[in-house]
Amino acid sequence: MNRLFLNKIVLALSTLSAIIGIGFLFWILATLSIKGVSALSFDIFLNDLVNGGIRNLLVGQFTMAFIATIVGVPIGMMAGIYLREYGNNSTFAMIIRNLSDIMMSAPSIVIGVFVYAIIVSPMNGYSGFAGAAALSIMMIPIVISTTDNMLSLVPKELREAGIALGGSKHKIILQIVLKAAKIGITTGILLAFARIIGETAPLLFTSANSAYFTMDLSEQFPSLTVSIYNLANYPDSESRDLAWAASFVLTMIVLFINLLGRYFTRDKG
Amino acid sequence: MAKQIILDIKNFSFTYASSQKPALKEVNLPIYTNKITAMIGPSGCGKSTLLRSLNRIHDLYPGNTYQGEVNLLNSKTDKYEDILKLKKENDLIKLRQRVGMIFQKPTPFPMSIFDNVAYGLKLQGIKDKTIIEEKVVNALKGSAIWDEAKDRLKESAMGLSGGQQQRLCIARAVALVPEILLLDEPTSALDPISTGAIEELVSELKKDISIVIVTHNMQQASRLSDYTAFMYLGEMLEYNKTDKIFLNPKEKLTEDYVTGRFG
Repeated sequence: MNRLFLNKIVLALSTLSAIIGIGFLFWILATLSIKGVSALSFDIFLNDLVNGGIRNLLVGQFTMAFIATIVGVPIGMMAGIYLREYGNNSTFAMIIRNLSDIMMSAPSIVIGVFVYAIIVSPMNGYSGFAGAAALSIMMIPIVISTTDNMLSLVPKELREAGIALGGSKHKIILQIVLKAAKIGITTGILLAFARIIGETAPLLFTSANSAYFTMDLSEQFPSLTVSIYNLANYPDSESRDLAWAASFVLTMIVLFINLLGRYFTRDKG
Repeated sequence: MAKQIILDIKNFSFTYASSQKPALKEVNLPIYTNKITAMIGPSGCGKSTLLRSLNRIHDLYPGNTYQGEVNLLNSKTDKYEDILKLKKENDLIKLRQRVGMIFQKPTPFPMSIFDNVAYGLKLQGIKDKTIIEEKVVNALKGSAIWDEAKDRLKESAMGLSGGQQQRLCIARAVALVPEILLLDEPTSALDPISTGAIEELVSELKKDISIVIVTHNMQQASRLSDYTAFMYLGEMLEYNKTDKIFLNPKEKLTEDYVTGRFG
């Protein structure tokens, strides 16, 4: 009786905790949807910030995230391949792996300040390049860790089978091991992209923000997240409504990319 | 046909990078051309270690040491070459094309059935599509998987059953026309029917290929092999014709092991 009673208490407590956790999530999503959807209109996708829209912000945010991906993914993947396939758990590889893990949990504002010191300050100004650099620094450790982990799931027999068939090590890695880990790595990259697309702190001191449409990465660059941060602080309700709408759009984008990642992994169990 | 030794293992010792003690001590073993040699012994006796030395796959992991000689017959010059002396990756690749290997768990590559078999041929540098196709078909036919695979060559090899995957792996190895095929407990992950199919296939293959098989299954060794080597604690305890090992072993330990008294 006592044992069953204890079981009920634990069950009740864990259910309550789950409800609290999920409750807050739904609260956030509900508020965001209500305020966001009511402020949402087709016009904001056609106008730039200067005219009360978010077109330039979306383009700017995606441009920086894409550049960060193009730079970060190859570096991260190659480092991950080195760690898993060539590092052989040497001291050097262990140090790199640990540093990368620390980097992954480094506060993103620190990365922003770092890029400010090495790029923004010497170049005398905020720029899209600096923003993309900060985002790629955020992305690299995530991609390293994903690649490393996904490669570790590929059974060593598969590598041995390739070698036993007369393959050289690099061919087996490129043509078989990566292929076997493809879905996991792709998903990891998508999730890393979802992570950086929603970042504010690394952009605050690097790309800053711009109200105008621009593709010139050497000047201040429009950012959706930085704009949300700014707009939410303005006193007028129009700005705050736009901030809600932008937040809603951003959340939907991140949600979509995450679901896409789920879909990929689901496809092949 | 006179008995010919294709691979001659002499005073061979092997030490893993992680260990001080040798895993194999002064092993001597001849492998005869077009015969099946079985290696038996309790877990940890070194039979897989020995098998994996014969195509130098240990070299995938650094720091292991080989001692002694493993002489492979070069059929063109009729001379023996010590495979332990090979250093360059290219020479090791050539060795592995001559000495194929099948693993305990089937290891199909994540690609189509056809591409699995074609992969080794492409690694060899064959580019001509018609040649590749011909060799793939022959290998699949020769490995008793053609009937099951012919209508689904373009489908992923991952969809085959375990036994079919293992025969596909054999086809993949056979496509390269190796001189020796090493089998590391090839049926221990398979059901009895698939095991039977693999055993039948292996006895067929010995017409063209010399075979070394590691097995935990006494019946398999006695059914299949011409010669049997009994290994114990890293040493070659007894080697002889299979019927001698099973019916009239010289060593007490061999007798105890083959009759199932330990192991």
